[in-house]
Amino acid sequence: MTTTADALALGLSRDQALAAYTTVCRARALDDRRFLLNRAGAIAFIISPRGHEVAQAAAIAALQPGRDRFCLYYRDFAAALACGFTSAELMLSAFARADDPSSGGRQTPGNFGSRRRGVIIGSSTVGPQIPKAAGIGLGLKWKGEGALCYVSFGEGATSQGDFHEGLNFAAIHSCPVVFFCENNHWAISVPQPLQVAGAGVAARAAAYGIPGVVVAGDDFFAVYRAVAEAARRARAGDGPSLIEAQVLRLQSHSTDDDQRSYRDPGELAAEAEHDPIPVFQHQLEELGWLSEAEDRRIRAALEEEIDSATALAEAAPDPDPSTLSRHVYADG
Amino acid sequence: MAERTLVQAVRDALAEEMERDPRVCVLGEDVGLKGGVFKATEGLQARFGPERVMDTPLAESSIVAVAQGLALEGYRPVAEIQFADYSFPAFNQIVNEVARIRYRSNGDFGCPLVIRAPTGGGVRGGLYHSQSVEAFYCHVPGLKVVLPSTPADAKGLLKSAVRDPDPVIFLEPKKLYRAGREEVAEGDGALRRLGEAALVRAGRDVTAITYGYLRVVTLQAAARLQEEGIEVEVVDLRTLRPWDVETCLGSVRRTGRVAVVYEANRTGGFGAEVAAELAERCFESLDAPVTRLAGPDVPAMPFSPALEQAFLPDADRIAAGLRRLARF
Repeated sequence: MTTTADALALGLSRDQALAAYTTVCRARALDDRRFLLNRAGAIAFIISPRGHEVAQAAAIAALQPGRDRFCLYYRDFAAALACGFTSAELMLSAFARADDPSSGGRQTPGNFGSRRRGVIIGSSTVGPQIPKAAGIGLGLKWKGEGALCYVSFGEGATSQGDFHEGLNFAAIHSCPVVFFCENNHWAISVPQPLQVAGAGVAARAAAYGIPGVVVAGDDFFAVYRAVAEAARRARAGDGPSLIEAQVLRLQSHSTDDDQRSYRDPGELAAEAEHDPIPVFQHQLEELGWLSEAEDRRIRAALEEEIDSATALAEAAPDPDPSTLSRHVYADG
Repeated sequence: MAERTLVQAVRDALAEEMERDPRVCVLGEDVGLKGGVFKATEGLQARFGPERVMDTPLAESSIVAVAQGLALEGYRPVAEIQFADYSFPAFNQIVNEVARIRYRSNGDFGCPLVIRAPTGGGVRGGLYHSQSVEAFYCHVPGLKVVLPSTPADAKGLLKSAVRDPDPVIFLEPKKLYRAGREEVAEGDGALRRLGEAALVRAGRDVTAITYGYLRVVTLQAAARLQEEGIEVEVVDLRTLRPWDVETCLGSVRRTGRVAVVYEANRTGGFGAEVAAELAERCFESLDAPVTRLAGPDVPAMPFSPALEQAFLPDADRIAAGLRRLARF
């Protein structure tokens, strides 16, 4: 159990923890609403962060949005919110509206990008952000200002050659990079035993001579501690670290997938009992940082926020078809 | 002005741009200590240090990915892929990441970087050191593709590529690296704009549009045909994307006959795109079918000299093709 003293020793204040909790609840509320909108035919395609939210919010809480760089992947909705994206912005993306700040409605939701926030625009292929983060880290190392690059991915991405190339390069040059694997044990329908040989993802760090740690992804404070330590090393010039957060995928891969068709019903039922949000809520209550009344207040405010975000996005204009050819090159 | 080979001109361009702009850096396999397998980066590491001229692991995908990361941090990286044939492990990074970042971010991000690679055959490189890869990259909106064939063009276009705000695939015909020398200007006087073809020989009977090593062979064929009274106009595209349609149209409207001469596989080669565009745009000026004189549709250029020669269009074959066209 995390005591208040433990939490404070991590450098975390009550306000920071509650902000992260609100982010987690915001990501969940957004996800719930987007699934309704998808099933109603209002939006096309959703990838859910369900089960990953606490690990994502904890990781970003340990970093410095505005100073650091973030190469997120398509399941990172809570991470994107923690980096400064708003519910309205993510809803604009879900509706593929012109004012979607990541891509103006060009990419499927979950490809987050914002230069002013240091969030490097993603793409939908798996793993290319990993060696890119090594290059960003090299540039940050050259600048010597103590900033770092955070890069996240699922365990499926660790099968890509780009995973090896990125970790190898970052380790050779002691690049300030935090490699964060959100291991939910399923890459669409392929389970971890058919994906990852050996002891797991974090164990691979040993081959590169960098720290590799496994953390429980439903333990906000454990994830925060691991990422804060990796960040400290990176900023001190000690190079990259690999963190494997064990999480659950409490939703199918995407709205175009139904995991009930390939997963054991008993296992799904058991996992549903281990939602990380009540775990985080309980931790905060134990610390005396969150009351039931405050929790109700947070969730009610979020419902209103999501209502207005949805209304705004529904009413927002589509991209003008005449803009189809814009931004292929710098002069167009 | 100094006499330079093509590979020396490449090296001069890199050195000048690194001198001019501290953001410019070079990375790739063997580019540092060794100075590159073709010596294109020789001496640069000693001059600019091991960070700005960096030897990378033997992994092309991460060479391009790291270059992109550096570009995103405001640097101006020039990545070397040791042979164009080896760009394919980086294909996803080049096509899905580098080329599309501006479009997919709706203009929020750009990626100014250059990927240099020796291209083409005729040096006994066999199947995997001789390929012509330009068509793959010319197909991709977001990329620019340059393929010079003279020292002055190589220097001027590489300098412009380094300064360009968009990603540039810069292909260097390795058979021409040391094939000849010419006077090459220094500094900004050497600059050549991307996207401009060069009319390298005037003639009123047939237009031959070419690029890379086959510019040399096409000029040999044109000299031979001159003796037969056939005047060939030769256009060197120099930049393939964007390519200089207007210069080509102007020539074809004068001659009424055009062949596109290229070393790559005939089917789907970049010359096929040139042929299609010209056929659409100047049909009324044509006195003969738009023709391709290209490499054969075999997987790649074999190692055996007999087979290599059989692959590579020579002056006889190009002259025969142009003669047919002139007499059509």
